[in-house]
Amino acid sequence: MRQIYVALRDFLAGLGRATLFFFALLAAIPAVARRPRIFLRQLYMVGTLSLVIIVISGSFVGMVLALQGYRTLSNFGAGASLGIFVAFTVIRELGPVVTGLLFAGRAGSALAAEIGLMRATDQLSGMEMMAVDPMRYVVAPRFLAGVIAMPLLASIFSVMAIGVAGGYLIGVQLLGVDPGAYWSQIHANLTPLDIWQSLIKSLVFGVTVSWIAVYQGYHAAPNSEGVSNATTTTVVASSLAILGLDFVLTAFMFR
Amino acid sequence: MNSPTPPSQHDNSTPLVEVRELCFGYGSRLIFDHIDLDIPRGKVTAIMGPSGTGKTTLLRLIGGQIRPASGSVRFGGVDVHKQSRSGLYNLRKRMGMLFQNGALLTDLSVFENVAFPLREHTQLPESMIRDLVLMKLEAVGLRGARDLAANELSGGMGRRVALARAIALDPEMVMYDEPFTGQDPISLGVLMRLIRTLNDALGLTSIIVSHDVAEVLSIADQVYVLSGGKVIVRGTPDQVRESTETRARQFLDGKPDGPVAFHYPAPSLAQDLGLQTETTRA
Repeated sequence: MRQIYVALRDFLAGLGRATLFFFALLAAIPAVARRPRIFLRQLYMVGTLSLVIIVISGSFVGMVLALQGYRTLSNFGAGASLGIFVAFTVIRELGPVVTGLLFAGRAGSALAAEIGLMRATDQLSGMEMMAVDPMRYVVAPRFLAGVIAMPLLASIFSVMAIGVAGGYLIGVQLLGVDPGAYWSQIHANLTPLDIWQSLIKSLVFGVTVSWIAVYQGYHAAPNSEGVSNATTTTVVASSLAILGLDFVLTAFMFR
Repeated sequence: MNSPTPPSQHDNSTPLVEVRELCFGYGSRLIFDHIDLDIPRGKVTAIMGPSGTGKTTLLRLIGGQIRPASGSVRFGGVDVHKQSRSGLYNLRKRMGMLFQNGALLTDLSVFENVAFPLREHTQLPESMIRDLVLMKLEAVGLRGARDLAANELSGGMGRRVALARAIALDPEMVMYDEPFTGQDPISLGVLMRLIRTLNDALGLTSIIVSHDVAEVLSIADQVYVLSGGKVIVRGTPDQVRESTETRARQFLDGKPDGPVAFHYPAPSLAQDLGLQTETTRA
């Protein structure tokens, strides 16, 4: 009983600290405008460098969806609906969620490790002693870059999964679905609201992963074990948060 | 809140840093127990003592990075720990600090590292920043290394670049945290000469935290030796060398055993090895 109480108390205290950190982070974001080069560099680090894994994963997810979907749809004589099946699945669910999970593993872990190492090597203390707020110089640009990169990466993931390298390649080129039917079903059924909701999901996931990553890195113990823990916690906590939030957002958006 | 007072309003005879009745601990472990220190202006003051006596902690307290349990630290007459965030940052612009590992920003070049505080705190044109950075790098002998990345530098070069960065804003005081640790004899000699020369040429006040006895005593004007949470010896290097205080003697002479025991507190070896019975123990 005592252990449960201590664990719950520590969890709530941690949540409180993370929330205060989040508000401090929001307050530091306007300062990013003073240092656009740092922000652009971080956007390159978390966004552009994540492109390869996103493009490849999106293509394979689209291909697998087409293979699995066509088999099931054909049983009901609805093979021509493959396009909208792939599009709905990717736009509404797999695009934001799989991109979020990949983003947490690729960019989130890198952010946590980088900031944690800056802590361990006194770079953050050095900035404080130079009267430069690390929240403004280090944390806010990385957080903002993650928040902006995530919806863009999820969009690219979705385009790759539905398009010529993913579902279209397998469905149309390999399984023989009519290309006109593939695209027209998508065009007729996919609404702008679906795309907006997908973007909102990926934005929420981007905020969550980036917040967890910079928080863990900033508060990492200044040693190798601390950096390792920060990285692991970022990936685990981000993945769980993405799956939990996906359920909540789906329940509200797609009722 | 106190507002930082310009240095010109202070008499040069008053210490730049005044530490009074300072207490600080990590959990139940007491690091400082009501210590008093004065750091005189224009001098090189050394803070020495065995590992774990809180020398680096003292620098962090002076810089306002951590707060004391009680007591005060005044810099230029201003209580460091009663400042607002902006007040503290204004004080820190008047201090430079050289960290043990340099703490250079690894994603920036040597030039950009030294330019960093100038870009952050001044509105100087790029041409003037370039001139200032080159002058600071010239002072530490690394003007030619300006285009190197921070991770291409040796340990000694890294510390010299960090020193150039620490004096970029022309501070009143520079704090050196273990500047000689892990240095080869050439780098060590260069750093010693730089600390002394920069202090005298720029009219700085310097605080060196170190346990390198010979090196520090050769360049310091005043020395404090800390042990067990107290200042055990204070004075000029000669006075410290002649100290008869037992803990100071053990530290200065490098004796493995003495008031600071070689063995960490433990039951007797016979007890630990199970060679002593209950009866013999009784």
